Amino acid sequence: MAAVAMQSAAQFRVEVSGVGLTQMPIAIATFKGEAQAPQKVGAIVKADLERSGVFRSVDTSGVTMDETSRPDMTLWKQKGADSLVTGSVTPLADGRFDVRLRLWDVVRGQDLGGQSFAVSAADLRLSAHRIADFVYEKLTGEKGIFSTRIAYVTKAAQRFTLWVADADGENAQSALASPEPIISPAWSPNGSQLAYVSFESRKPVIYAHDVASGKRRLLANFRGSNSAPAWSPDGRQIAATLSRDGGSQLYVMDANGGEPRRLTQSQSIDTEPVFSPDGKNLYFVSDRGGAPQIYRMPSSGGNAERVTFTGNYNISPAISPDGKYLAYVSRISGAFKLQLMDLATATVAALTDTNADESPSFAPNSRLIVYATQQQGREALMTTTLDGKIKAKLAGASGDIREPDWSPYSR
Amino acid sequence: MKRIILSSLIAAATAVLMTACGSNVKLDEAPVENRTGTAVKPEANTNDVTSKAVTPVEIAANNNNTAGPQGVAKIIYFDYDSFTIKPEFQGAVEAHAKFMAANKVRKLAVEGHTDERGGREYNLALGQKRAEAVRRALGLLGVTDAQVEAVSFGKEKPADSGTNEAALAKNRRAELTYR
Repeated sequence: MAAVAMQSAAQFRVEVSGVGLTQMPIAIATFKGEAQAPQKVGAIVKADLERSGVFRSVDTSGVTMDETSRPDMTLWKQKGADSLVTGSVTPLADGRFDVRLRLWDVVRGQDLGGQSFAVSAADLRLSAHRIADFVYEKLTGEKGIFSTRIAYVTKAAQRFTLWVADADGENAQSALASPEPIISPAWSPNGSQLAYVSFESRKPVIYAHDVASGKRRLLANFRGSNSAPAWSPDGRQIAATLSRDGGSQLYVMDANGGEPRRLTQSQSIDTEPVFSPDGKNLYFVSDRGGAPQIYRMPSSGGNAERVTFTGNYNISPAISPDGKYLAYVSRISGAFKLQLMDLATATVAALTDTNADESPSFAPNSRLIVYATQQQGREALMTTTLDGKIKAKLAGASGDIREPDWSPYSR
Repeated sequence: MKRIILSSLIAAATAVLMTACGSNVKLDEAPVENRTGTAVKPEANTNDVTSKAVTPVEIAANNNNTAGPQGVAKIIYFDYDSFTIKPEFQGAVEAHAKFMAANKVRKLAVEGHTDERGGREYNLALGQKRAEAVRRALGLLGVTDAQVEAVSFGKEKPADSGTNEAALAKNRRAELTYR
């Protein structure tokens, strides 16, 4: 029933499955001069737009057009394109590159505007992601997420590294390297800090880490285990799981440190708190009913109501920034599967056909989810659209790769 | 005089800003403007794009474990989804309690672990339950809470990286570590 097509793009493959997809056909010409530049800007733009699930790229092989070219609209209409991106990459005297683009509405024969960027070679990829954001916003009316970042953790030969990469998984920079595990990275709402759990002192301890400066501070190092940090939407509070009073319970503390306030009083496990985007509620995992399920309670504490009812193992809640969806992982016949609940109707859909899905995290525009899974016995990071139809495996460092967290828009 | 020097420094200061390396030029005194791009006449909405830097931090390995009682098992194994100390480990728990009672200054960490199945944070909480079970058993034998800390590694530090049941069984454990 489901038609599966593989389109090869830049460094990764975008997997398209399902019928009846409405995708905007877009032609992205080879940028003039990109063959001589260190990065293939047009190819990166194309891969970004395909990964979003909103666009289908029209074959442009052999066509190089810069932003000053006047395209033959009849030709591009015949090729089935609704819009066309042209551009150029020109070396500057100071070693930087001048990157330019122009976006055309092929159907109306209109110039939809252009942009130019003066960037170092190291930032050519970022300029391509900015171009993809520009095109995405012009054509969909929504902000693009291509120039945001994804944090993740790799494990290679007993060395754990926390990376900050572009949203396509490329251009990864090491934020923290440790001989002990690192888990649960969480971006602060302003995108400058990562809270995470580090085992460097032979127990789980929560740090907040300014990624630009590398400055870290201990957020929670109480007796017992300290884990599952989550920022409040205003960035002022951190919810976390502490076992300081025996058993894993939820607490909230000031993001600058200080005495935690206990939120749950149960004899069971309460963990993995996440704030709703309005800050009013906390979603979390509890086995108070005998098996782990996702619950919701006021973020100041109080009565919890159960949210997941299907199956007997539902963990790792993530709420879409628009507040409409809950992504989580469900154990189904021994396999761990990414699920998506529409919170208004409580209907649940399975998004994957893999068996070891973990750690879902939404893109800031609520249109994509990044998650960890296993493919051919290797850990991998994937993105999926909310209908599960468009998936892409992110590029990433070698070794096992896990614990993705999608950054907010940069402010 | 100073103006002239400053204006002639603008080009150099601009270059320094680009490469962001150290320099003796007092940048904070100079009204530096970024003129790059005029040569190629960019469009009106030219954007300066610069990656946000990420400064790497490295943590050194740390191996300062110390010895506990001689000839006593330091690993207690658990059944799947269980937090009950099995009878065959009761003797070891008692030996550790006796050692702690005789060495009141010593500290003991009980580190709970799980097998690889399931989420990392939920497994961390399950490992904590195993560690707490051992801590409570030691407490019943007179070891004070101040001497013992129950912590969890969840599924992060498997003893055996295999995926068969024998390997998984080796990973469902609590390790007693003297500090």
